[in-house]
Amino acid sequence: MTNVQSISFSLNGQPVEMEIPAHTLLIDLIRDRIGLKGTKRSCDMEVCGACTMLLNGEPISSCTTLAVDVDGKEVTTIEGVTPLSGLSRIQKAFVLHGGLQCGFCTPGFIMAVTALLNANPHPTDEEIRHYLHGNLCRCTGYVKIFEAVKSLAAKQVSENAALPAARQRKFRLETS
Amino acid sequence: MLPTPFEFERTSTIVDAVSAVGQEGEGMFYSGGTELLLALKMRVIHTERLVDIKGIPGLDRIVLNDANELEIGSRCTHKRIAGDSVIREHVPALASLCANVANVRVRSVGTIGGNLCFGEPHADPPTMLGALDARLVLQGPDGTRSVHADDFIRSELETVREPDELMVVIVFPRPTGPVTYRRFKHGERPSVNVGMAWSMEAGAHSIKSARVRVGALGSRPQPLKAVEGVLKGLPVDDAHRAIQSVLAEALDELDINEDRHGSADYKRHLAGVLLLRNAEEAVAMRERAK
Repeated sequence: MTNVQSISFSLNGQPVEMEIPAHTLLIDLIRDRIGLKGTKRSCDMEVCGACTMLLNGEPISSCTTLAVDVDGKEVTTIEGVTPLSGLSRIQKAFVLHGGLQCGFCTPGFIMAVTALLNANPHPTDEEIRHYLHGNLCRCTGYVKIFEAVKSLAAKQVSENAALPAARQRKFRLETS
Repeated sequence: MLPTPFEFERTSTIVDAVSAVGQEGEGMFYSGGTELLLALKMRVIHTERLVDIKGIPGLDRIVLNDANELEIGSRCTHKRIAGDSVIREHVPALASLCANVANVRVRSVGTIGGNLCFGEPHADPPTMLGALDARLVLQGPDGTRSVHADDFIRSELETVREPDELMVVIVFPRPTGPVTYRRFKHGERPSVNVGMAWSMEAGAHSIKSARVRVGALGSRPQPLKAVEGVLKGLPVDDAHRAIQSVLAEALDELDINEDRHGSADYKRHLAGVLLLRNAEEAVAMRERAK
């Protein structure tokens, strides 16, 4: 028996096969070995939600998940839910409602909201609050984020919604 | 921080898992890792080998058995228990407790067995399972044994489980009366929680017996014997007044750790408030069931 483990999994729809030390954390595999830097590490103890990824569609804290546990499964990161140019419907709703300021928690929120809406496309206010209870934001005070998610639950933002000129940026997905 | 290196072994039977942990060098059972990995990352504990039990079939079973007891496999995640139809029908308070453990990410991988075996004093399940009169079945190299939920946690982060004993199932009688649970939280973990289960004869209006547990105050869940004593045999409608009559005495017996979340007096007061609200809810549940 050895510390080195072979794993194969799907990362944002692409097959990945590699050998890793068993004590590798998922966030380090994705950020440092594979180079997708969209996922953020913050509290490092499953409290803040900044490092949220989806494992077979379920939200997990990638800071406290062993990379060996994704063997044979599907991992989705913020890069996997972001179009190559422009923004997704969920991301647009956050921009339209001012649901982000410094942006550090945003990838985690987007992943959590993705999982929520996949499981429950029209959540009630209470369901939204309960689901997002485990994602922390130190800038917005949560009201704007909540309004963004409410607008998604009410189908007020579509994939091709236009952003007002003042909120347009050249959004470009960076992958290495 | 990164955990120190360890070997990783997947197992598909309980016997293999127990023998893998029992081999030379320190091994540990591993499932969701929501508590264990935190401790390994902080390097407050160290292991040479993690033995993954996620591939063992049957440990995530939930059934009502022939003896009218509920069985919950130790590897059931909080999410699984929260959504399970058997638990929601027979112990909705437990489903709701599990739906509110930590956060959505912890609930999707964290297990009830792991929660119990960690012995974290601010956890919800140990208090509730004490009130439900649960027994925890451990399987080791020499066979299985049952430990009552009240006796399982010895102190903070310390249980009676031997390192090579795997918790396999949690068993408790199907409740025949109201079960209620309340907690008061500061941040992620409860600073006080109160679980309460009344057993009643079918169709009767008096309490056959009551089990009341208060958790997150001392190093382990504690029974409120004075409250249990006064409720025994009492008509349901008199419960609230009876509890009030012994409340001060019962709360005085509690072992309470003061910390940054409050003084002993403050926490004692909270426990009393939660207890009376639980009792009100239990009475209301009986009214609805009539």
